[in-house]
Amino acid sequence: MLILTCPNCGVAADETELSAGGEAHLTRYGAGSSDADFETYMFMRKNARGVHFERWRHSYGCGKWFHAARCTTTLEVFGTYPAQTTEPPAELIEKIKQKRPDFEGFSK
Amino acid sequence: MRRYSAFAIAREAARYHSGWERAWASPEPKSEYDVIIVGAGGHGLATAYYLGKNFGITNVAIIEKGWLGGGNTGRNTTIIRSNYLQDPSAAIYEKARSLYETMSQDLNYNVMFSPRGVMMLAQTEHEIRGYQRTAHANALQGVATEFIGPQKVKELCPIIELKGPRYPVLGALWQPRGGTARHDAVAWGYARACSDMGMHIIQKCEVTGVHQDKGEVTGVQTTKGRIGCKKLGMVVAGNASALADMAGFRIPLESVALQALVSEPVKPCMDVVVMANTVHGYLSQSDKGEMVIGGGTDGFNNYTQRGSFHHIEETVRALVETFPMISRLKMLRQWGGIVDVTGDRSPIIGKTPLGNTFINCGWGTGGFKAIPGSGWAFAETIAKGAPGELAAPFGMDRFIEGRFIDESVAAGVAH
Repeated sequence: MLILTCPNCGVAADETELSAGGEAHLTRYGAGSSDADFETYMFMRKNARGVHFERWRHSYGCGKWFHAARCTTTLEVFGTYPAQTTEPPAELIEKIKQKRPDFEGFSK
Repeated sequence: MRRYSAFAIAREAARYHSGWERAWASPEPKSEYDVIIVGAGGHGLATAYYLGKNFGITNVAIIEKGWLGGGNTGRNTTIIRSNYLQDPSAAIYEKARSLYETMSQDLNYNVMFSPRGVMMLAQTEHEIRGYQRTAHANALQGVATEFIGPQKVKELCPIIELKGPRYPVLGALWQPRGGTARHDAVAWGYARACSDMGMHIIQKCEVTGVHQDKGEVTGVQTTKGRIGCKKLGMVVAGNASALADMAGFRIPLESVALQALVSEPVKPCMDVVVMANTVHGYLSQSDKGEMVIGGGTDGFNNYTQRGSFHHIEETVRALVETFPMISRLKMLRQWGGIVDVTGDRSPIIGKTPLGNTFINCGWGTGGFKAIPGSGWAFAETIAKGAPGELAAPFGMDRFIEGRFIDESVAAGVAH
C-alpha cells in the first residue's frame, strides 16, 4: 500500500485515505483557446513510465490537495510538496536525479 | 502445419506422441518486413492473422518484449460480451463476439469458447433504467440481449442472493450468447496460424527506439538489433504511451493496474457469468472449478503489474454480499495487468502523426472480448492505410473534435 505524507497536515496517510488526482502541473486552457491546446489540457497525458508528478487529495484526512513525485515502475515515493506551485521544488528534482541518474528533470 | 484432429490424436497415441510439432516457430529476425506489429498479445496476433487471411500480407513480424500472451491477454477474466450502448462499440464488440463463435474451427485450435451467457445485475433504479435502455439500443444494433427480472436471474444463477444487505437484485441485462473463452489458447491459436502463414513471431525482443525519416517510420531498434519495416503497427496496451514517446508523439490515455483473482477449485455451481457493477465485482467459474473474480482498477498511474491490496478486499466484500456461499472459499492466486484507459473509456484504432504508423490501444479494462474484432479492424487499417467502417469512429482525432464514444457512463465500471 502506498503511504504518502500530506504536506498540509503532516500525516503519513495510507492509500485508502487518499484519492489520486492524475498528472500534476498541467497547463490549463479555457474558453477562447485553440482546439489543440484544449485537447492537450483535457486528454493528453505523459503517462510516464518512471518518475511521475501527480496530484493527490487527502480525502479522508484534512481534505486538501497536494502533489507527489512517485516512480510508476517501482511505486517508490520520492516526496510530496504543496499544491501552490507550478513546478516541483528544485531540491526534490535533485533528490530524484541522485536516485535515478537517467531522469532528465521536470518538463511540461 | 499438421492439423489437430481426433485422427491426429489417434495417430500420435499409436506412436508414443513422438510426432507433435512445435505450435509456432521462433526465428531470428530478418532485416526488413512489410509490416512490423509491436506486441504479441491477443490484439497484435489477431491483427497479424487477419493481415494474412484477409489481405494476403504475410511478410510480417510480431515483436514481443516478453513472451506471447504474457501481458493482459494472460491476465484477464476471459469474459466475452457485446452488450454496449453506443453503436460503434456494439458494432466492433459484436463483430468480435461473432468471430469467437467460429474461432476454434477457423484456427484449428480449441479456444474453448463457451457461450454460457453473461448477466449484468441491476441493483439500483438507475441501473434498471440504464440497462433497459441498453437492451433497446442492442435490439436496434442487432445484438441479442434482453432485460430480465429477479426471478429469471435466480433461475439462471441459483447461488445468487437476491436480497443482499445493501443492494437487492432488481433485474439484469442478459446476453445469452456472451460467455468466456480460454485466454491463453486465443493467443496460442493465433500465433500458430500466423507462424503457419510464414510470419515471424519474435519473443524476448524489446523495442528501444523508432527509426524515422521524413515523417515516416523506417524501422525499429530492438534488443535484437535494427529491424526495418514499410509499415508499423503499435499494439502494446499499457505501454502504448512509452512506445509513442519513442516515436515522438503523445496519446490521450493513462496506464493503471487492474487485478483479478481465483479461488480454490470447487464443484460446478455457476454456469453463467455475473457482473455486479454497483457493488463492483464480477464472477464466473472456470472449467477447472475455480471461481474467477475481477474488480476495479487502482486510481493512480502504475506500470508494476501489481495492484493495491485494498482493492481485493473491496471486490471480495462486494461478491460475498452477492454470493454468500463463496464467503469461506480460499483464494488461490491474484495477479495484475496494466490497462490503458482513455478519457471516454473507448479504444483508439487508427492513424498516428507518422504516415506509415498505426496504433491500436486504449482497450482499458475490456480488451479480451474484443481481440478478434480489434484485429480484424486494425488489419484493415494497416493494409489500406486508412481505417475501414468498424475502426473509423475510434480514431485519435475524436478527442480534439469532441466526438466521444462515451462508454464510461454507458458501461458502468466493469467495462
